[in-house]
Amino acid sequence: METTTAVAPKPVVAPPPVATQPDAAPKIIARDVNVHYGDKHALKNVTLDIPEKAVMAFIGPSGCGKSTFLRCINRMNDTVASAKVSGLIQIDDQDIYDPSLDVVQLRARVGMVFQKPNPFPKSIYENVAYGPRIHGLSRNKAELDQIVEDSLKKASLWNEVKDRLNDTGTGLSGGQQQRLCIARAIAVSPEIILMDEPCSALDPIATARVEELIEEIRRNYTIVIVTHSMQQAARVSQRVAFFHLGVLVETGRTEQIFQSPHDKRTQDYITGRFG
Amino acid sequence: MTLIYILGMLLVAAGAYVAGRQKSSSFAVAGGGLARLHSLPSYHGFYVALAAVAPMLVWLIFWLLTAHRVVDAQAIAALPANLAPTDGLTYGARLREINQAAAGVRLEELQPGIAAAGEALNTWRTIADWALLIVGAALALLGFAWASRQLSPEFRARNGVERWVKVLLVACACVAILTTVGIVFSVLFETLRFFSKVPWYEFLFGTQWSPQTAIRADQVGSSGAFGAVPLFAGTTLIMLIAMLVAGPVGLFSAIYMAEYASPRVRSIAKPVLEVLAGVPTVVFGFFAALTVAPFIRSTGEYFGFNVASESALAAGLVMGVMIIPFVSSLSDDVINAVPQSLRDGSYGMGATKSETIKRVVLPAALPGIVSAFMLAISRAVGETMIVVMAAGLAGNLTFNPLEAVTTVTVQIKTLLVGDQEFDSAKTLSAFALGFVLFFFTLALNFIALRIVQRYREQYD
Repeated sequence: METTTAVAPKPVVAPPPVATQPDAAPKIIARDVNVHYGDKHALKNVTLDIPEKAVMAFIGPSGCGKSTFLRCINRMNDTVASAKVSGLIQIDDQDIYDPSLDVVQLRARVGMVFQKPNPFPKSIYENVAYGPRIHGLSRNKAELDQIVEDSLKKASLWNEVKDRLNDTGTGLSGGQQQRLCIARAIAVSPEIILMDEPCSALDPIATARVEELIEEIRRNYTIVIVTHSMQQAARVSQRVAFFHLGVLVETGRTEQIFQSPHDKRTQDYITGRFG
Repeated sequence: MTLIYILGMLLVAAGAYVAGRQKSSSFAVAGGGLARLHSLPSYHGFYVALAAVAPMLVWLIFWLLTAHRVVDAQAIAALPANLAPTDGLTYGARLREINQAAAGVRLEELQPGIAAAGEALNTWRTIADWALLIVGAALALLGFAWASRQLSPEFRARNGVERWVKVLLVACACVAILTTVGIVFSVLFETLRFFSKVPWYEFLFGTQWSPQTAIRADQVGSSGAFGAVPLFAGTTLIMLIAMLVAGPVGLFSAIYMAEYASPRVRSIAKPVLEVLAGVPTVVFGFFAALTVAPFIRSTGEYFGFNVASESALAAGLVMGVMIIPFVSSLSDDVINAVPQSLRDGSYGMGATKSETIKRVVLPAALPGIVSAFMLAISRAVGETMIVVMAAGLAGNLTFNPLEAVTTVTVQIKTLLVGDQEFDSAKTLSAFALGFVLFFFTLALNFIALRIVQRYREQYD
């Protein structure tokens, strides 16, 4: 199809311009984070810095704890009754597991996009307006319209849906649904967007559109993405963290991890020897 | 005889199955293994068994519907000319006499013609029984032979069985539909008879309900007034009160159980709530009449209201409690069926639990919740016992919940209990009421379906 040519994958080692300011203050810092699901020790002593306004990719084989760690960052693990989180996670020097912190406020700052597109069974407009409505971000209808339009534009979905904003969001294609979910997350102006394998349910063309989108919005947001595809990690991220069996094995700049990993396990994984 | 026939059918089925299986297995042995067969031997067996039994079943049904008529007709025909029945009534009477004679009951001296007819009846019965067996056996044999000849390694018995399964399912669906149609028509004809005595506009729009008709010509003061509006009003009033109780309480307890309660609490609370549905309505009626109604009366009088000792409020409140489990149990199920991913999406946006429930979960569960409400309303409209005991029989046209009212179902029950001629307007009006009730619930279902189609938020 013609569209594929427009979004051909970038070379694996293209050094992204914004990517490498290793000395910039990290947006998120995690120290000795442990997660237990009942008896299962899912995440072991993870210590990691996540830089601001860049894309960080978590890679690793299934069940390695990367999604678990991602869900710690906006405390989505709170909804799992058996999950127990210990250790320190700070966003902008603020402990997010501090009992006095309001989880609802935190999640407004840290948006999330899920593995399977999960638009609400409402109209496209209402999907995007959902966050602004509950957080009271607009004073009148005109402002809300503007937020919806801006968010859909940022999610590069506006041109496809501007004439049918009242159609139901579940009627869109899988890729459009996922971009709608990204627009929904953007609409509350978060600082951080967490993406949990956002392309695993999409076809290659839709995947390319979402990756393009990530590339566009990373200037304004700190993005953490969990992915199974190493090509995707190489294409969209500036930094990579490799998890294995609940342990953070190695982290570093994307090109460094893919070209000269320090750890043998990383080497084996990225060359396809396991996982 | 029918019992023997049914046992025979089972034997034929088992035999045909074994035979079909055997034959198919012999193909496998001769042709080099089961893999060469299109269908497994058991499918061949089923196919042959079905082909043998199905015609037997059809014949049995046909026989059950027709045989007794033929036998009766022959017995009547055997009567001498002077005893031959002239109309429907004497036909039935003669038949009873003949049946008694045939069974050997000698209550009085029999007329010779009757005795002869009784013997004829017995003879024809035997003939009919043998016809059942012989034709059935012949049909089974034909079916078996027909199916058995088809068997071959390439024969698609598996697909054939699939077609039989479909026929079976369609037949079952038809039974349900035909029964409903039958009920509607049986009520419809009586209703039409009623409307030939009382004009329909008087029934539907009259405001006087006093269904007393004269049994004897010299009775006075019982001309009868069949204006059903007070009954519709009473039914609506009690239904509204009941839903005001059961709607919020049922829905909110469903939300609590589905979203807030821990699994342990839920596993206890849900069955306990469902026990309510198992309490006989008579017991609820006691409760309404002996506890709730006096309480409302004394409370009302304390505040200076004039409360009847039997009030719509008492009946409605207790009925509301009775239908809580219908609302809560079904709503709980549909709320649980809303995918967790939608809740995650909402929490991920920073919504609180109640915001998520209000804006995402309930809209997604709306169709199921509406049908739970519809079921509850149908129960409330159809409920009789509580209203009889707590709301009374007085056909007052009022929307004051503190007065005694009566409902459609209560009146149906009252009209059909006691000594009445079955073709009097009083008795027939019960059918008209039933018919209206039927249409009322049908219309309610239809409206609810429309609402759901219009506002549903469909998740996949």
